[in-house]
Amino acid sequence: MKRLNRFITIIVLIFLYVPMIVLAVASFNTGSDIAIWEGFTLHQYAELFRDANLLRLLLNSLIISVLASLIATMLGTMASLGIFSMRSRMRRLVMTVTDIPMTNPEIVTGVSLALLFAFAGTFLKIKSILGFFTLLIAHVTFNLPYVILSVMPKLAQMDGDLRDAAMDLGCTPRQAFFKVLIHEIMPGIISGALMSFTMSLDDFVISYFVSGSGFITLPVEIYSYTKKPLQPKIYALFTLLFIVILLVMVAMNLLQMKDAKKRVQARRAFRGRTGRAGV
Amino acid sequence: MKTRKLLAAPYIVWMCIFTVIPLGIVVYYAFTDSITGALTLSNITGIASYTGIFLKSIWLALISCAICLIIGFPTAHFIATRPKESTQKLLYMLIMLPMCISFLLRTLAWVALLDDTGIINNAIRLLGMKPLPLVRNNGAVVLGMVYNYLPYMILPLYSVIVKIDHRLVEAAEDLGANHGQVFRHVILPLSVPGIISGFTMVFVPAVSTFYISQKLGSSGTTLIGDVIESQFKTAYNPNLGAAMSLVLMIMVFACVAIMNRFSDGEAEVIM
Repeated sequence: MKRLNRFITIIVLIFLYVPMIVLAVASFNTGSDIAIWEGFTLHQYAELFRDANLLRLLLNSLIISVLASLIATMLGTMASLGIFSMRSRMRRLVMTVTDIPMTNPEIVTGVSLALLFAFAGTFLKIKSILGFFTLLIAHVTFNLPYVILSVMPKLAQMDGDLRDAAMDLGCTPRQAFFKVLIHEIMPGIISGALMSFTMSLDDFVISYFVSGSGFITLPVEIYSYTKKPLQPKIYALFTLLFIVILLVMVAMNLLQMKDAKKRVQARRAFRGRTGRAGV
Repeated sequence: MKTRKLLAAPYIVWMCIFTVIPLGIVVYYAFTDSITGALTLSNITGIASYTGIFLKSIWLALISCAICLIIGFPTAHFIATRPKESTQKLLYMLIMLPMCISFLLRTLAWVALLDDTGIINNAIRLLGMKPLPLVRNNGAVVLGMVYNYLPYMILPLYSVIVKIDHRLVEAAEDLGANHGQVFRHVILPLSVPGIISGFTMVFVPAVSTFYISQKLGSSGTTLIGDVIESQFKTAYNPNLGAAMSLVLMIMVFACVAIMNRFSDGEAEVIM
């Protein structure tokens, strides 16, 4: 049983990483056919940094992801605080609406927003409404539920007396939030922001329906390559992206581990002190 | 307390404008004529000719879910039962990492592997055998779905299995249960919420995909997503497209509602 599980896990990991290896190897290939190895080169990486168009698309993707995740994190954190203080019936209603973009197939969300923007376009008499702002609005919309679903549990875990204690000590409600509560829910806010950022960066389906020719992101451009063969520098770009993400994840894990160790030590020290006080 | 509630106001307004109203517009388009704008049922009845495509999409998505569950469960179980927390974290990260890279590119990499002149067939030719028809069929589409959505099955399963109290397993073993019985009577029932949540997280994107079927499939593997996409991007009949989106949405929400009832609402907490 255990051996079988281990075997399947190994197979799954190989299965998950084979295409990534193919992409990484292709980025060092001198030929342009991904399936035929012709020789080693770093040429594609040099090409990549010379391609202003590709770099602009990457920048577009980054701008949209950063802005969308920031706006969603702010709106979402505010909303979580508000929803949390609602009565249960109202809360349930709002959470049902929050669930809609989470459950809905992406294509339906994309199509519905595209129809809304088309409608707004004819209403406001703007000819090509699809562009930067429609893309940003769509990204904020699908990011919001992720922020709320990662902040809400932290609010629920939080000790309700903390706020009262802060206010007893003379804080205004605003100070109580910025000095005390925000630190308690920070892990939720950060994980919501990170999740939004990655969802935005990788989103293709919704972006595809709400972006115009004026402002597109990297995934939408890659999709348009369906007819023509993919340029090998794209492989180089994604190999680099993969390495960056890998390093960020490893760094975050190490930081977390350090943090956890520190907390254990702090707790021990605290216990030691109170123990002595008891004697 | 009142001012705190007001903090949710911008969010509620945002969701009304960009989630609720757009769905209303989808319903409006679904029931109006594309040229005259008059109320009509012809879009909805027009879907009837796509019944085969709907059934095929559901069928392929269900097969993908089943495969994801069969290979995902042992993987999740293996990760969740690692004694060291750092090993668990590392494996969890390895499962998640591929999702950070554009799924379009990863699907293209599969095309490069499976194509008639692709990496696998080139290797087969080198061995002096006949190339295999690996791509542009149902099997390749299912492979693409399993590949892209497998992490969505493993992650919720892991988070459920890791919380199972190990003493329950030991108790069952003390009472004479063998491995199979422990699995059937203890582990499996306790992981139902994870199975349900994983199942929906795989089914919803799989049933509505259009990129995977375009790249790994052929004209015979057109799915609902392909038809909807073409109504908006090439054929330009947004009314029919809206009607199909509406049906797809109702189908997905019905499926999720049934699933949630199945688990008595336990699945809600898992993400």
